[in-house]
Amino acid sequence: MLKLDDVTKEFRIGAFGGRSVTAVKNVSFEVVPGEVVSLIGESGSGKSTIGRMILGLNPATSGSITFDGRPARPGKEYYRHVQGIFQDPFSSFNPVFKADRVFAMIKEAYYPAVPEPEWARRVAACLSDVRLNPGQVLGKYPHQLSGGQLQRLLIARALLLDIKLLVADEITSMLDASTRIDVLNLLAELKARGLGVLYITHDLSLGNYLAERTVVLRRGSVVEMGLTEKVFGEPLHPYTRELLSAVPRLHESWDDAEPVDTCLYHERGAEGGLLEAEPGHLVACARLGACPPVRP
Amino acid sequence: MSLQVSELRVHYRTLRGDVRALDGMSFELKDGEILGLVGESGCGKSTLGKSLIRMDGRMRHVGGRVVLDGRELPISDDRAMNEVRFKEVSLIPQYAMSALNPTRKIRKMVGELLRSRGAEPDTAELERRMDQVGLPREVLDRYPIELSGGMKQRMVMVISTLLDPSLLIADEVTSALDVSTQKAVARALLGFRESGYVRSMIFVTHDIALTHHIADTIMVMYAGRLAEKAPADVIVKAPRHPYTKLLLDALPEVGVRYAERRLEGIAGSPPSLLNPPAGCRFRDRCPVAGDECAEDPPVVALAPDHHVACWKA
Amino acid sequence: MTALQEVAPREPAGVRREALYFAVRNGKLMSGFALVLVLLLLGLLGPVLLDGAPNDYGPRPMSPPSGEHWLGTTTFGQDIFLQFVYGLRSTFAVGVIGGGIAAAIGMVVGFVAGYRGGAVDEVLSMLTNVILVIPTLAVLLIANAYLGIRSVAVQGLFIGLTQWPWAARAIRAQTFSLRTREFVDLARMSGAGTWKIITREVAPNMSSYLFMTFILLFGGAVLIASSLDFIGLGPTEGVSLGLMLQNANQWSALQLGLWWWFVPPGAGITAIVGALYVANVGLDEVFNPKLRET
Repeated sequence: MLKLDDVTKEFRIGAFGGRSVTAVKNVSFEVVPGEVVSLIGESGSGKSTIGRMILGLNPATSGSITFDGRPARPGKEYYRHVQGIFQDPFSSFNPVFKADRVFAMIKEAYYPAVPEPEWARRVAACLSDVRLNPGQVLGKYPHQLSGGQLQRLLIARALLLDIKLLVADEITSMLDASTRIDVLNLLAELKARGLGVLYITHDLSLGNYLAERTVVLRRGSVVEMGLTEKVFGEPLHPYTRELLSAVPRLHESWDDAEPVDTCLYHERGAEGGLLEAEPGHLVACARLGACPPVRP
Repeated sequence: MSLQVSELRVHYRTLRGDVRALDGMSFELKDGEILGLVGESGCGKSTLGKSLIRMDGRMRHVGGRVVLDGRELPISDDRAMNEVRFKEVSLIPQYAMSALNPTRKIRKMVGELLRSRGAEPDTAELERRMDQVGLPREVLDRYPIELSGGMKQRMVMVISTLLDPSLLIADEVTSALDVSTQKAVARALLGFRESGYVRSMIFVTHDIALTHHIADTIMVMYAGRLAEKAPADVIVKAPRHPYTKLLLDALPEVGVRYAERRLEGIAGSPPSLLNPPAGCRFRDRCPVAGDECAEDPPVVALAPDHHVACWKA
Repeated sequence: MTALQEVAPREPAGVRREALYFAVRNGKLMSGFALVLVLLLLGLLGPVLLDGAPNDYGPRPMSPPSGEHWLGTTTFGQDIFLQFVYGLRSTFAVGVIGGGIAAAIGMVVGFVAGYRGGAVDEVLSMLTNVILVIPTLAVLLIANAYLGIRSVAVQGLFIGLTQWPWAARAIRAQTFSLRTREFVDLARMSGAGTWKIITREVAPNMSSYLFMTFILLFGGAVLIASSLDFIGLGPTEGVSLGLMLQNANQWSALQLGLWWWFVPPGAGITAIVGALYVANVGLDEVFNPKLRET
């Protein structure tokens, strides 16, 4: 469905764009219907830039992004099938308008001919899909709603369209622990409808909870990708291992975690491209994790 | 006994009335103890941290006492607190990035800060502490903007503990950092206690898993009140308050997958603190609530250091 | 379910109706506008209803306010009330024309530069900065000396063409920070084009700011017009509040104790600009739903 092929993004900086920085470098992966792919990376890894390129909000410098075999071009037709949700729910709503305006904008652009009662019925159906009570959220201003409610409204907004791919960029990172899992569960339910979800996060445990496949990014390049249980269960790249060992876990102290290996090629990243360790499990490491663990 | 807080009440003044951000908090912090303070946004955890060092203009101290090392802190008197700040109680703010003056080199800034508190900068000591948190010495001759988020956070940590405060408040210091940096910062905090730079610490966060790695004791707050306070392992392994249990159940850990085990959040949202309802504040979201919960549950000690405010615990 | 039925059709008429609802209940806004309206009506209707020309010499010079001359007379016996209402008219005219033109250019340049960014922004910003550093008064002096400004409208036009740069810069900065907000991305993903995003997402967020810009430009235009009048480069025909002040100063009204000569025009300028400021504070509350509740 969605295919990224050798996508690179350079940002021009400085006066008149004199210099450039590479935010994303030769990234290729795919999202198929009915699966959640998590894109994991720390700040500055380029993960949000990839999301924005897929959404057509920033153009790619080189490489191709195709959706259902056609080049992804931002426009009304594209957005009918591809939608995005962002990190900050309060910034996703225009504070001077009521929150349900996001639905009205969809109607105006895509379904102007749908009669009002029918539209209200559709909105109510989508709200119930995201477990929101229409009476509690309609007619309110964004600051009167909670972050969790706002993110659900945005999922409902996407569902009003004929959506096939949802890009969810850190959508739970500003939510409380008690509500964040419910929003994640909603994303997981979307795939049962045949949607593809690209879940962008820095939180490994959330990505692991949700995703069928995982792509780990570092400084704009993919370091490891494959089935989630492979990437998290048998990580091959030293960077993936390092990330995993740094995640705080409830029932295990940091000191019990396996020592992280220091790798000579660590800084060189994916210069040689990705190697296939086993079918579907790709690693940017020439030794495929065969290095002995070394205490730093 | 380093810190005793009793029946602390702090309200926020708004035009619609007082928001009771802290509504009768009592707890103790022993010498050398690290207390992890967790809860949802709006539960009063940051208010508590701020109350102990600097109340902002909208905050009003309504009642209760704070005693540090046998001396009562004049928390509602901004000027009197100046004596105590930085020397006795110090704070690492959430956004260290904005805590540093961008136009000053760090060495100069540290010197000015220390002199304003009547202390002479001790470069050797400063450099020793920077070594300890893994900061190269050149950092002193750089501008804040040249440092990464984790470096800034560690620099602020070193600066705010230079006068060896008795109590350090770390307010969400790791929430803006990446996992690997987070770990380094957390370790550095632990190192500070070991080296005696700080005696006790309150670590405010929303991340229970992380707190568990740092804190000796975890205190869970809900809607301006204490819900449960116990040693970290007890909170994680044998919580007694239904809120703590649900909070832990909603935590996806590495290894838990949606396909295998679907976690559930806590339905509903905390009550408004403008006019909070009488009785247990968690009642509406609580799966085991009963008739007795219409009355305020007292904080009882189930074990010498395990305090719970719940009728059903 | 009642809430359900009203979901969609509110847009955009509902927003306007709601703003109006809060507007008429806002004391600051209403009192500010009321004062401006009174002065405006005075300026519009006064000259129609009153007899005589404002600069006609009268038989009783230097007389204090009385039943016959409501605001007294000048050293030449001119009726000050008559001058005041005529002056109000031209002051409003120069403010609206000058402030309006400057605000229009400033908004277009500011919005386009701020929203599009990149090369468009570089070019527009350079143009803005060039105009900004040109000493306006000097240009106006030269233009005036060459072309000879005869009417209030031309004076307003010149002021408008030179006063927009700071407004453009301010609006550009605001737009710059607003366009990175996610709701702009969301609007793009709802199929909205640049123009629609600027007018329906970005501008409403700064509507009180835009209004304040207009008020400041209006006030600025009035003051610049007054200073031009003051140094004798005003419109050669008619009368304005600035010209009145200049005459009062020139003929030593202060030293002679003719307070009724300089107080009305001074108070008039202050009242117009001040009332618009008060209205602007109220406007903030009308447009920002967060401020409404308190």
